[in-house]
Amino acid sequence: MSAEASSEGMQFHPMAQFELESLFGGPIAWYTPTNATLWMGLAVLAIIGLLVLGTRKRAIVPSRTQSVAELAYGFVYSMVEDVAGKEALKFFPYIMTLFIFILFSNFLGLIPMSFSTTSHIAVTVVLALLVFVSVTLLGFYLHGIKFLGLFWVGSAPLALRPVLAIIEIISYFVRPVSHSIRLAGNVMAGHAVIEVFATFAGSLLIAPLAMVGIVAMFGMDVLVAFIQAYVFTILTCVYLKDALHPSH
Amino acid sequence: MEGDIVEMGKFIGAGLATIGMGGAAIGVGSIVGNFLSGALRNPSAAGGQTAMLFIGIAFAEAFGIFSFLVALLLMFAV
Repeated sequence: MSAEASSEGMQFHPMAQFELESLFGGPIAWYTPTNATLWMGLAVLAIIGLLVLGTRKRAIVPSRTQSVAELAYGFVYSMVEDVAGKEALKFFPYIMTLFIFILFSNFLGLIPMSFSTTSHIAVTVVLALLVFVSVTLLGFYLHGIKFLGLFWVGSAPLALRPVLAIIEIISYFVRPVSHSIRLAGNVMAGHAVIEVFATFAGSLLIAPLAMVGIVAMFGMDVLVAFIQAYVFTILTCVYLKDALHPSH
Repeated sequence: MEGDIVEMGKFIGAGLATIGMGGAAIGVGSIVGNFLSGALRNPSAAGGQTAMLFIGIAFAEAFGIFSFLVALLLMFAV
């Protein structure tokens, strides 16, 4: 075993876990049910289980499931209110949907041998572009052409304003890129690092160290799974606030 | 031979791209450190600023993730 390992070296396939596979075999087209479809569906089922079935009794003294659901609701509600203001509460259902979907996808992806849907940039780009497009349309709907005042910093000296406008425009259009890649990159990086440590665990010499590494990285990933859902949501709130109050 | 050189360039480029992640680490550390030193001076005001803390971390971290993405693109897409 060791001779084979030394002659060929360790085989690293940290990215193999992110490959899309058709559930029932055959080539993958846009309508094929894949493992991504499966795990997104499971995330939705888990969300229904928590938020719909868990709160069905509407008990005054909540059961454990109901209090977790209420905790999640109250957490996102106060976040929207604090960051984006009272007027943004109209959009609370959308933001709650984003948060809870990303949170459940991240956590389901942490189950060993599962598939993390949010590690695919295709998934996160859709979420981020929806936020970007809807926030931009909302800004123009509410403020008309005055929404462009977002790029014209009134408090800066006049000579500086065109330069600042260019920077603001660039940073505005980078938003969906960074918004989506942050989530996908974090999730993907965490899972890839665990996989690398798991490969190290195959070698007897460093196996104890690698196992400690796996445990540590897994703890880190649990944290990252929550924080990235939180960050995605809070940035949505910040962008929403910009659309509601475009003047600096 | 030429393919080997391209392969080598990919690996070197991907390795160099990961240096950028160190910058993100410095940025995140600086943000959290400054937040902590401020929060310890005035703990009663710290609770309301955790949202700002995470927004700042997210922006600082984005550029580290960009360099990670460049490394991934070099390894798997180019």
